[in-house]
Amino acid sequence: MNLSYLFDPAHWSLTADGSIPQLILSHLYYSALALLIGTVIALPIGLWIGHTGRGSFIAINAGNAGRSLPTLGLLMLMVTLLGLGLLPVLIALTMLVIPPVLTSAYAGVRAIDQRVVDAAKGVGMRPRQVLTKVELPLALPVMMSGFRSAALQVVATATVAAAVGLNGLGRLLIDGLAVNDYSRVLAGAIVVAVLAVVLDLVLAFAQRRIVSPGLRERSSR
Amino acid sequence: MKHIRVFAALAAMVTLAACGANNDPLSNDTDSGSSNAPSAVTIGSANFAESELLAEIYAQALEAKQVQVKRQFNIGARELYLKALQDGSIDLLPEYNGALLSALSKGGAPEGVSSPEDVLAALKKALPAGTEVLDQSAAEDKDTLTVTQQTAAKYNLKTIDDLKPVAGTLSIGAGPEWQERYQGLKGLDAVYGVKFKTFKPLDAGGPLTVNALLKGQIDVGNIFSTDSAIKTNNLVVLADPRNLYLAENVLPLIRSEANNPTVSGALNAVSAKLTTENLTTYLAKVQVDKQDTAAVAKAFLTDNGLA
Amino acid sequence: MTTYLSNNWETVLTALRQHIWLALLPVVVGFVVALPVGYLGVRFPWLYHPLVNTCGVLYSIPSLALFVFLPVVLGTKILSPLNIVVALTIYTVALLARTVADGLRSVDPLVVQSATAMGYRRTRRLVDVELPVALPVILAGLRVATVANISLVSVGALIGVGGLGQLFTRGFQLFYVEPILVGVILSVLLAGAADLVIVLIQRLVTPWTRFQGGAA
Repeated sequence: MNLSYLFDPAHWSLTADGSIPQLILSHLYYSALALLIGTVIALPIGLWIGHTGRGSFIAINAGNAGRSLPTLGLLMLMVTLLGLGLLPVLIALTMLVIPPVLTSAYAGVRAIDQRVVDAAKGVGMRPRQVLTKVELPLALPVMMSGFRSAALQVVATATVAAAVGLNGLGRLLIDGLAVNDYSRVLAGAIVVAVLAVVLDLVLAFAQRRIVSPGLRERSSR
Repeated sequence: MKHIRVFAALAAMVTLAACGANNDPLSNDTDSGSSNAPSAVTIGSANFAESELLAEIYAQALEAKQVQVKRQFNIGARELYLKALQDGSIDLLPEYNGALLSALSKGGAPEGVSSPEDVLAALKKALPAGTEVLDQSAAEDKDTLTVTQQTAAKYNLKTIDDLKPVAGTLSIGAGPEWQERYQGLKGLDAVYGVKFKTFKPLDAGGPLTVNALLKGQIDVGNIFSTDSAIKTNNLVVLADPRNLYLAENVLPLIRSEANNPTVSGALNAVSAKLTTENLTTYLAKVQVDKQDTAAVAKAFLTDNGLA
Repeated sequence: MTTYLSNNWETVLTALRQHIWLALLPVVVGFVVALPVGYLGVRFPWLYHPLVNTCGVLYSIPSLALFVFLPVVLGTKILSPLNIVVALTIYTVALLARTVADGLRSVDPLVVQSATAMGYRRTRRLVDVELPVALPVILAGLRVATVANISLVSVGALIGVGGLGQLFTRGFQLFYVEPILVGVILSVLLAGAADLVIVLIQRLVTPWTRFQGGAA
C-alpha cells in the first residue's frame, strides 16, 4: 500500500498544474454542474408528474432505466459525436443525475397525505401557495434523499471524465495506470472515496437544516 | 416458506455451477477450442488500432497453422501490457524495436544506436528473462510530433529542433504515459531541450489526439507515422534529426515458453511480408473505411499468401 | 448500424456473453454473502451504523481503482477477469448488506412478536417470517445492484477486460459510432432483461404482495 503519491507535498500545492487540489476542484466543478443542470431538468418534471399523476410510468421506471446506462459507453458515444470538450462529459453526467432526482421528486409528492393538501385548500391557500408552502416542504425528505444519492453517483462516476482527456480526480487513476504508478492510483481512489464521504456528510447536514423539524424522523436514511 | 427454500436452493446451485464453470466463460476465448490446451497462445495488443490489427494478423497466421489462439486485445499502454506479459497473462504481442528498447533501458536507449540492426542487437540484450523477440519486419511505425499546416507556417517548423524557442508557449497532446517516458516529454527535454507549456493527456496516437490537433485544442500532437490522418489532413510531421525516435520496426515479442518452431515459423513469415507501405494501406482500411479488423487481417494474409 | 452488426456479430456476441457472466456472477455471490452480513447488522444493533458507514465508503471507491488494485491485493494476474468479479462482488455486498439490514429492520415488530408467540425460535423465525416479509425491500435492492453491476462491468474495458465495454473502447479508438451505440443499447437491454427477471422472481416468491395493490 504505497501512499507516497498521496503524502508528497508537491502534489498538494494549490498552484501547480495537475495537483490534487486542482483536480478536486475540477472534479467538483463537473459534478456540481451536472447536478445543477440535471436537477433543474428533472425536478419540475418529477414534481409535475407526481402532482398530476399523469405519466407516472415514466417516473417510476426512470430510476431503473437511468441506472442501466453504461456511463463509460455514454461518455465515449458523446465524445465521438460531439468531439473533445466539456459538453459531452456534461451530457453523460447529467443523464446520470436525472433519473434519481426525477424518481424521488415524484415519490416525494406522491407520498404526501392528500388530507394535508385538502386541509391547506380548506384554509384558503391558492394552488401556488399549496405547492410552495405545503407540498414542497413535505416532499423534501424524499427529494433530498434522491439528490444525495445522485450527488454520490456523480462524484464517483466523474472519474471517467479523465478517460476522454478531461481533468478531475480520474486523472490520477488513468495516468497512474498508464505510467504504472500504483501509488498514484491509490491516491486517486482514496481522495475520491473521502470526497464522497465528506460530500454525503455535508448534504446530510444540509438535509437536517432544510427539512422541517416535524418531518425529521422520516428523513433519516 | 417453500418458495424461499426453492429460491435459495436455486441460487446455491447457480453459484456452484458458476464457480465450477469458472474457466471457460470468464476467458476471452473467441475460438471454440478448449482454453487449457497446452499449445494455446494468448495474444495481446496495446490500446491503439494498429497494434490490434497486427495482433489479429499474428493470431490468424497462427490459427492457419493449427495453433490454438486466445485473444486479449486492447490492454493498455506498454507499461501495463508488459506487466501482463511478465506474469503470463499474455504470451505474445506485436512490438516496435526502438520503443521497446527505450522503455527497457534506463534513461532511454544508448547513444548512437538508431539503425534497425543496431536497435535489434541492443534490444535482444535488454529483454527481460523468459522473453524473446522473433524476426523483425521492414515495416516501421514511428512516434511523431505532428502539427497542422498553419502551425508549421506560423512558427516555421520543420524539425523538432525548431520547436525549442516556441515550445514554452505551446501545448502538446499524447497518451498519459508520455509524461514519464523517455520517448516522451523526458527525452524531448533531455535531447532537444524542448519543454512544452502544457501537456494534455489524451490517447496514444488516437482519435482524441488527432481531433484535438485539428480543432486547435493542442498545438502539437503525438501521432503515429502510419496513421492515415496525417495524409488526409495535410498534417506536417516534424523531422527528428537527433534520433530520439529510433528505428521502430514491427516485431513479435513472445514468452520463451510459448515459442516453438511452428509459432516462430508462422510469425517470421508474416514479418517477411510486412512493409511500411502495406501496413499503412491495410491500417487505413480499418481506420478510414471502418472495416472489421479481423476481415482486414484476413485480407492481408490472403493477399500475401500466408493463409 | 445494421452493416456493423452483420459484419461483427461474432465479436458482439462474445462480448455480450462475457459481460453477462462478469455482471451476474458477482450478483449471486454478493447476495449470498450480503444476507448473513446484513443479518448481523440487525442481530447486533450496535453493528448497524458501522456496517452502513463501511458499506457507504466501499461503494464510493471508484471502480477503476478497485479493478487495478485487486491484482496487487489478491495476487491474481493483472488481466484476470477475476479482478472484475471480486470488485463487483464487493460493491454488491456493500449495497445489499445495507438493504438486507434495512429490510429486516422494516419488518413490523408486531409480526415478529406474533411469530414468537406462536412458538417460532430465532432461526426458524428469521427464515420463515422475517426474511419473507423483508423480501420486497431486499429484492428491490437486488434490482439496483444488478443493474449497477451491468453498467460497471464496461469500465473494465479500460484495463482490457470488459465484455461490452470492449465495443466502446474499440469504437472510440476509431472514432466510430456504431460499435459504441450497439454496446450501449445492448447494455441497456441486458439491464432491462435482468431487472425484469428479478421482478418476476419477486412475484413468484412473494405472491402476497400482488394483492397489496402496489408492488415495488
